[in-house]
Amino acid sequence: MESIDSKGIVNLSRRQFMQGGAALTLGILLGRALPAQAAAAAAPAAEPAAYVRIGADNSVTIIAQHLEMGQGTYTGLATLLADEMDAAWSQVRMEGAPADAARYGNRKMGGMQGTGGSTAMANSWETMRRAGAAARAMLVAAAAKQWDVPRGTITVREGVVLHDPSGRRANFGELAAAAARESVPERLFLKNPHEFTLIGKPLARIDNRDKVTGAARYTQDVKLPGMLVALVQHAPRFGAKVASFDDKAARRVKGVVEVVQIPSGVAVLAGDFWSARRGRDALRVKWDESAAFALSSRDIYARYRELAKQPGTVARQDGDADAALAGAAKKLQVGYEFPFLAHAAMEPLNCVIRLDSGGCEAWNGEQLQSVDQAALAELFGLPPERVKINMLYAGGSFGRRANPASDYVLECGHIVKALAGGALGGRPVKLVWTREDDMRAGYYRPAYVHALEAGLDAQGKIVAWKHRIVGQGILASSPFKARVQDGIDPTVVKGAYNLPYGFGTQRVDVHMPELPVPVLWWRSVASSHNAYAVETFLDQIAAAAGRDPADLRLELLAGRERHLAVLRLVLEKADWTKPLAQGAPGDKRGRGLALHESFDSVVAQVAEVSIKADGSFTVDRVVCAVDCGLAINPDVVRAQMEGGIGYGLSAALSGAITFNKGRVDQSNFDNYTVLRMPQMPKVDVHIVPSAAAPTGVGEPGLPPIAPAVANALAQAGAKRITSLPIKLA
Amino acid sequence: MKLNVNGQALAANVPGDMPLLWVLRDHLNLTGTKYGCGIGQCGACTVHLDGAPVRACLTPAAEAVGKKVLTIEGAADTPRGRAVQAAWEKLNVVQCGYCQSGQIMSAIALIESNPVPTELDIDAAMAGNICRCATYQRIRAAILEAAAAPRG
Repeated sequence: MESIDSKGIVNLSRRQFMQGGAALTLGILLGRALPAQAAAAAAPAAEPAAYVRIGADNSVTIIAQHLEMGQGTYTGLATLLADEMDAAWSQVRMEGAPADAARYGNRKMGGMQGTGGSTAMANSWETMRRAGAAARAMLVAAAAKQWDVPRGTITVREGVVLHDPSGRRANFGELAAAAARESVPERLFLKNPHEFTLIGKPLARIDNRDKVTGAARYTQDVKLPGMLVALVQHAPRFGAKVASFDDKAARRVKGVVEVVQIPSGVAVLAGDFWSARRGRDALRVKWDESAAFALSSRDIYARYRELAKQPGTVARQDGDADAALAGAAKKLQVGYEFPFLAHAAMEPLNCVIRLDSGGCEAWNGEQLQSVDQAALAELFGLPPERVKINMLYAGGSFGRRANPASDYVLECGHIVKALAGGALGGRPVKLVWTREDDMRAGYYRPAYVHALEAGLDAQGKIVAWKHRIVGQGILASSPFKARVQDGIDPTVVKGAYNLPYGFGTQRVDVHMPELPVPVLWWRSVASSHNAYAVETFLDQIAAAAGRDPADLRLELLAGRERHLAVLRLVLEKADWTKPLAQGAPGDKRGRGLALHESFDSVVAQVAEVSIKADGSFTVDRVVCAVDCGLAINPDVVRAQMEGGIGYGLSAALSGAITFNKGRVDQSNFDNYTVLRMPQMPKVDVHIVPSAAAPTGVGEPGLPPIAPAVANALAQAGAKRITSLPIKLA
Repeated sequence: MKLNVNGQALAANVPGDMPLLWVLRDHLNLTGTKYGCGIGQCGACTVHLDGAPVRACLTPAAEAVGKKVLTIEGAADTPRGRAVQAAWEKLNVVQCGYCQSGQIMSAIALIESNPVPTELDIDAAMAGNICRCATYQRIRAAILEAAAAPRG
C-alpha cells in the first residue's frame, strides 16, 4: 500500500489527546458555555479501540461518534473506517459512542461532542480512516507473528488476512484476540484515493435493514423494567408559571401513578402512554401569565420593520456602499419577511432517564452529548462521567435535538429528580412529547425581516449592495452567547456576510432584538433565509438590468472556480439555454436559478414550475448540482440533496409558526402542513467530481430551493414573492 | 382482550378504547409501528386490519378484535411485503426511517389492491404518509420497482 504521506503520520500520544479533552470538559462545567476557541484543534489520535471492535464471530463493530438522524452518518463513518481496514461491508455493525468528549469530541464544534453544522464527515474523515488503518496494521502484525512471515508479504481483502506465498489465511475474528495485544502503530499509512474500495461507491445504507423491518430502535421504543411514561402539561404561553394545579381527577385515571410539578409544568406519570395521556387530559392547571409572552406575529413584524429602517451593527463593510449607492445610475430595494418555523421531525421529542445509586443513565437521539451530559450532571449533582448517555437513532432532528439549553432532556431529568427519594425513586422515566407539545413548546427557526438595496451603474453592473437583517440571534439567545463576538452572531448573518459574489461595495448589518420566543438552529441555520433574500434580489436586479440571471451570476463569480463549476454544471444539466417545455394548456411555466454556499459546500439548483389558470402552482422538477468535496457515498449525497430540497420546499410552500397574543396558532400536521408526496418534484442531482476533503451534505441542499422556486414563479409571470410561505393570490 | 397480530394470538389487559397503536407499542412490545401525530394526519402508525390500511392511532383496540392485524414486524411474511422491503433497500429509500414502517404498510396495501399502479396512483395512495426527510421520490420509485418484481 502506498502512503498518502510519505513520512507517515505520527500519532499524538494518548496523554496529549486527553489533556485537550480535560480542559474542554472543565470549560463546559464552568458556566455551561464553551470558550470561543476550545482546546481541541489537535490532530486526531489513531485510537482504534475507541472506534472499532472485532468480535470472535468475525463481526466488525464500528463505534459512531455522530448521531444518525437520517443524514447517512452511520453509513459514512462505517465506509471510512472499513475501507482503510479492508473489512467486508457485510461484516460491519454500528454502535453509538458513549458520551466522552475526550475521545469523541468534534473538532469542527470546538471539541464538544456532538453532531451538527453538517460536520460529521469533515470531522471524521481522518479520524475514522486512521482508526481503520491502525486496526488493519495490528491484524497484519498479529498474522505475521502467528505465521512467522514478514508483514510486508501479507495482504488484506474484504475481511480476510492473506499470505499468498503460503496460501495461509485468517478472518478478522480469528485474529482479533492476538491483534488486540499488538501495540497501536506509531506511523500510519492511509490509502491513496485510487486504492479506495468503499469510499466513493454508492454502498447500501448500513441502516436499511433495521429501518425497513421496524427493528431500528429509537428513543420512543425504549422500554426498561419498571419504566414510567411521563407527559407534561406545558405553559400555554412562553414565560407563564404554574400558579396551582388540581390533580384529583388525573390521579383517578386508571394507570396514573404520580403527578409532579417541575419547572416547565406539571408531569403525569403512568405505566403507558395512553394512561398518561388520559391523566394529563384530566389535569387542571392554573397558570400565572402575568409575565408571559403576549405578542402577536403582526406586532413582531411591525417592530422588526421599524428596526429595519435603522442602521444596525455592521457585520461586513467593503468600501463605502452608501456613497456608491448615492451615485448609482439605478437603485433597487426590497424587503422580506420570514416566519418562525418548527422543526417538526417525525419522531416527537422524547428522552429516557434512570437515576440510581450507580449514577444517571439516559437514552436519547443524542445530538449534543457534552452539553446534555453537563446539564444532567449539574441537575443531579454528579460528576459528568457518572452520566451515561446511550445514543439511539433519531427520527429526524433538523437541529432540534441539539439544544444548548438541553430543554427536553432537562425536563425529563427534573421529573426523575422529583421522584427520587419517594416510592417511585429509581424507576426509569420516558418523557414523551405529543405532536402538539412538539409544535408548541418552542425552539423555532427565528422570524426575520430583511431590507436590501442595490445600486447599478450605467452598464447594469452592481456597484453597491446593502443587506440588513433583523431577528433573534440563536447563539445570542443560548448558553453559548460567549461565542458571539462584536455583536455579530453567525447564526444570523452566515450566508449574507460571506457571499462569493464580487459586488463593488457592500455593507451587511444586523439588529438582534430580544424576544421570549425560544429559538434554535433549523436545517441550514441562517442560510435558510439569507439565501432567499440574496438570490431572489439578484434575480430582481437581473430583470431590472435586462440580464439573464445566470449570466449575471457567472459575472459576479469571476475567479470563484469552485462556484463557477457548480453553476455551469447545473445550467448544462437543466438545459438552461434551451426554451422550457410547454405545460398543459393554460399553464404558465417558469424556470428559476439559485446558488448558495453553506457548510463549505456549494449547491446550485434550477427549479421548473407551472402556474395553473386557478392561480395554484406546482414545482415540477429540480436540477441540483453540488460540490461537497469527495463524495464518500454519492447515493447518500443525492439523498441529502433530495431531502434538503423537500424540507426547504415544505417550508417555502406552507411553513409558518404564528402567534396570537403569545399563543402558538399551530398544533399538529393539520394546521402546520408539510410537504406530501404529490408535491414532491422530480429531483436530478449531479455531483462535481472532487478529490478534496469532504464538506457538508446534510444542510447545503436546502438554501437554494426556495429562491429557485420563487425566481421560477417570477419568470412565469407571478409577482415577486417577498414574504414566506409563498402565496401567489 | 385477545388480538390476532401477525398470525399470532396475543392477549393484552387494556381498556377497549385504547388506540391499537398503544396496545401494539406499550403492551405487545411491537414498536415498529410509530407514533407521529395521534390524529391520523401523518400515517406513521399505519397497519393493516383484515388487509386494509388503517391508522392505528385512531383505531380503538376493540375494533381490532376478531380481525387480522398486520404490522411491519409481519410484513416479511407475504411475498408482496418482501418485495416492497427489498425495493426499499435496493433504492436506499430510508433516511431517519421513523416514518418508513407506515410508508411500507401503505405501499403494500396499495400494491395488494392495485398491482400495477401509475405514478399518479402512488401519489394518491401515499399522500397520507408524511416523510419529513422527503424520501418521496425514492418511495415512488421503490413502489414501481416492487410492483414490477416477479411474484414468488
